Amino acid sequence: METYIWAFVIGGLICVIGQLLMDVARLTPATTMTILVVAGAVADGLGLYEPLIDFAGAGASVPITSFGNALVHGALLEAKTYGLIGILTGIFEVTSAGISAAIVFGFLAALFFKPRG
Amino acid sequence: MSDAKKKKLTPVQQEYHDFARQREPNRPLLLNSLRAFAVGGFICLVGQFVQDFFLWNFDFTEKTAGNPAVAVMILIAVVLTVSGVFDHIAQWAGAGTAVPVTGFANSIASAALEHRTEGFILGVGGNMFKLAGSVIVFGVVAAFVVALVRTVLSTLGGP
Amino acid sequence: MLKGHQTWIFENRPVIAAAAAVGGPFEARGPLAADFDLLHGDLWAGQDSYEKAERKMLEEASRRAVDKAGLRKEDVQFFLSGDLGNQIIASSFAARSLGVPFFGLYGACSTAMEGLALGSLLVDSGAARYVLCATSSHNAATEKQYRYPTEYGSQRPPTAQWTVTGAAAAVVAATGDGPRVTAATIGRVVDMGMTDPFNMGGAMAPAAVDTIVAHFRDLNVCGGDYDLVATGDLGRVGHRIAADLLQKQGLAIPSFTDCGLLIYGPDHSMVMAGASGTACSAAVTYGHLLNRMKKGELRKVLIVATGALLSPLSYQQKESIPCIAHAVSIEYGGKE
Repeated sequence: METYIWAFVIGGLICVIGQLLMDVARLTPATTMTILVVAGAVADGLGLYEPLIDFAGAGASVPITSFGNALVHGALLEAKTYGLIGILTGIFEVTSAGISAAIVFGFLAALFFKPRG
Repeated sequence: MSDAKKKKLTPVQQEYHDFARQREPNRPLLLNSLRAFAVGGFICLVGQFVQDFFLWNFDFTEKTAGNPAVAVMILIAVVLTVSGVFDHIAQWAGAGTAVPVTGFANSIASAALEHRTEGFILGVGGNMFKLAGSVIVFGVVAAFVVALVRTVLSTLGGP
Repeated sequence: MLKGHQTWIFENRPVIAAAAAVGGPFEARGPLAADFDLLHGDLWAGQDSYEKAERKMLEEASRRAVDKAGLRKEDVQFFLSGDLGNQIIASSFAARSLGVPFFGLYGACSTAMEGLALGSLLVDSGAARYVLCATSSHNAATEKQYRYPTEYGSQRPPTAQWTVTGAAAAVVAATGDGPRVTAATIGRVVDMGMTDPFNMGGAMAPAAVDTIVAHFRDLNVCGGDYDLVATGDLGRVGHRIAADLLQKQGLAIPSFTDCGLLIYGPDHSMVMAGASGTACSAAVTYGHLLNRMKKGELRKVLIVATGALLSPLSYQQKESIPCIAHAVSIEYGGKE
């Protein structure tokens, strides 16, 4: 039960950060998402993101920040086994589900539907 | 950053900027933030339910249940995009729909849909990452740098 | 004839022999729906792309206007048209099907009056008997080109505007009954360093004021000499700024409105600050305002169409937004 509450709160707070970047710093959505992804990668580099996921569950794994986290994770996992070259070979390993799903479903969408305007 | 831009303005232009700014409706920051919090939190809550569903009913562990959960969230976002409601929800929710992975999926699906008229290869294929491209590029580059630093530090005898 | 620095007086007072306006679903739900000749129920107009739909609407408006003038397209000497698409493809392809000698224009959303001014000059100087002046714009095609895909979930700020989907055309003739084009002031490019593509009104207001001031100065008139002065698409934000700027210079206009505020009702949640687009000033002028003139409600109007001359690339290269405005005065004192 507690995880659900924290999922809501942490997820909501990360979104508020995004909203502030867009409304106060006047950044475009693309710039905002890019900043958040990089922040997630850096946070995982500092060892801070995994504890957040343990604590808040989907509140930390659903926002785009977790994408940065997953990229670093994949790279570090492979690097442990294969050394520096593992960084390149492992980057997309963990995020494969997300990227593949987005490409496939996006393509299917364009195949069967028209935009509504 | 905005200061650097202001330095390049002439006094007349600066005066006009202030004049115009006073007559510009302000973005409702508090309202937008509350909406972003509510919708973003709700989407993450849904993500948590989906993740637990996979955890309890299939052979996934805590670590791996995130993967199908993300795929389901992406599917939901794409369905909402093609039904034409995502952009209306997003106008209301702002970062609440954009920051979760739903925003990423919507950016890809909406670009793919839009450019279908230019054909599948050049249009859909070539434009699909128009908006999501920066996220992927910078995510990968940042991850590369972070992982490199971590790996080098640990080889040099760190944690 | 040239008057002052940048204004033409049309001594022979060319006539707007006929005009037609075509709109899309949003325009159909607005308060000016009855002033459109043709309204489409969706953004596709039976075509398979937004760009082709825009071209179709432009062709429809053009042919309607020529029909209503009692002419055939072979009678028209020149077709002046522009739109917001890259390389103004809607206009070029419409010109292909019309087969009338073609001038492609680009003034962003000021194109309608740029075209009417040039067309009137051609007729007034005897360089043409009949000129067809037209413009078009399409909401989805414009968003696709300048901003984001239409189904993309971005949150548009309160200063954003909604591009009109539609087209409008007018046939200018040397003789006949109808509203007459009496003068035109050509604007110069004004750039106050504004950079936000979601606040076009704020960027364009100085250009509108610059042209209005030039018009008043060149012709030695004031706002009160007109029954109505209408800017093209400044929207709520830009129109207020323009009104205040004119007030500051002691040139307040008693009857001052904006086509972008007239075309949609106040309850459209997606419209934000008002309508924009090349078709905005054209459809409102060639439909609604000319109808009001023919009913005798307005005798003398000044239409100041405003345009933001940015490109998607210039914005990415951190350029500011240069703007322009062209003013055309139209009078109608006679009977139908």
